Amino acid sequence: MTPAGTLLCATDLRKAYGPTKALDGAEFSIHPGEVVAVMGPSGSGKSTLLHCLAGIVTPDSGTITYAGRELSAMNDSERSALRRGEFGFVFQFGQLVPELTCVENVALPLRLAGVRRKEAERTALHWMSELEVADLGSKRPGEVSGGQGQRVAVARALVTQPRVIFADEPTGALDSLNGELVMQLLTEAARSANAAVVLVTHETRVAAYSDREIVVRDGKSRDMERIV
Amino acid sequence: MSIGHTLLGLLEAGPRHGYDLKRAFDEKFGHDRPLAYGQVYSTMSRLLKNGLVEVDGIESGGGPDRKRYAITDAGITDVETWLSQPEKPEPYLHSTLYTKVVLALLTGRGAAELLDVQRAEHLRLMRILTQRKRKGDLADQLVCDHALFHLEADLRWLELTAARLGQLAQEVRR
Repeated sequence: MTPAGTLLCATDLRKAYGPTKALDGAEFSIHPGEVVAVMGPSGSGKSTLLHCLAGIVTPDSGTITYAGRELSAMNDSERSALRRGEFGFVFQFGQLVPELTCVENVALPLRLAGVRRKEAERTALHWMSELEVADLGSKRPGEVSGGQGQRVAVARALVTQPRVIFADEPTGALDSLNGELVMQLLTEAARSANAAVVLVTHETRVAAYSDREIVVRDGKSRDMERIV
Repeated sequence: MSIGHTLLGLLEAGPRHGYDLKRAFDEKFGHDRPLAYGQVYSTMSRLLKNGLVEVDGIESGGGPDRKRYAITDAGITDVETWLSQPEKPEPYLHSTLYTKVVLALLTGRGAAELLDVQRAEHLRLMRILTQRKRKGDLADQLVCDHALFHLEADLRWLELTAARLGQLAQEVRR
């Protein structure tokens, strides 16, 4: 059963790659506006958990419910509509399109959804200014620093006003100072938009920006709030 | 932290009353632990006796100690020496946590649970410090960062120990 007020919830998730059990009964839940860190050693299954929650990977068993709808009951096109419209993604490396300018990159999800260029770029600039990179609009990704590029990527994840942001090691390629800035701006922007953030990280200083943490070990999850 | 050297360093900018010194100390370095006035008074008496400060003037009436202190040349040299000497790095070789882990293993209690509880407690403090850092000025950020990096080091140790519990259990039960 989904706990009251939960936006995204997973119960008893199992996923194996050949003989390797990546997830072995993992649980997860998140509320709107909440930031939950997913931690654990390399190979513990935390990225698989994120991919399942985001509908990128289909678990072998278990249920994932988003806003009252079961992900397994959706077909491929419904799931990809969900990923485009309701979810935002930030990865370790910004994965910006090098041929486009920064503002075109941020506007891209809106353009793909059929929004006209002018309006899409106006919205993009709003989010770029939230992330303090509005002045980089006309530059291409190759012309900006790693930290700036990652903030452009966060603006792109926020531009469709998603209800859940999946961030997989968003500061992994950054130095401490830039990592902190990305985390501060990402969590502030998400909280003010009441978006939930699923934050996969192995850095505890990054996890300290969350409201609570889940630790994944050997494919099983532990809610650290409940053990104290 | 050497209170004497810190107060001396603050006096180098110019003479101050005891109360001003306490206020300057609390503002810059006190954070959660403001200096007791009695400690300022006893420290200044010691510095006076050692010739590192001198009384620059006394105001009549008012509070308990209206002496105005000034740093002497010997005091300036003392600050200079203190600043130029490196602090001894903390060896961290006597850890309560390590003792607890070994005892838990020896007595057949849950060492992994102990580590998890500690981990959650460390992260709870890290969240409080991270929030304070977000709202604070640069000085506050630097003080919190210092604490955060130390807590992070502890957490890394907790993780590494958790991963080696099986091996450690075999060794301590030998």
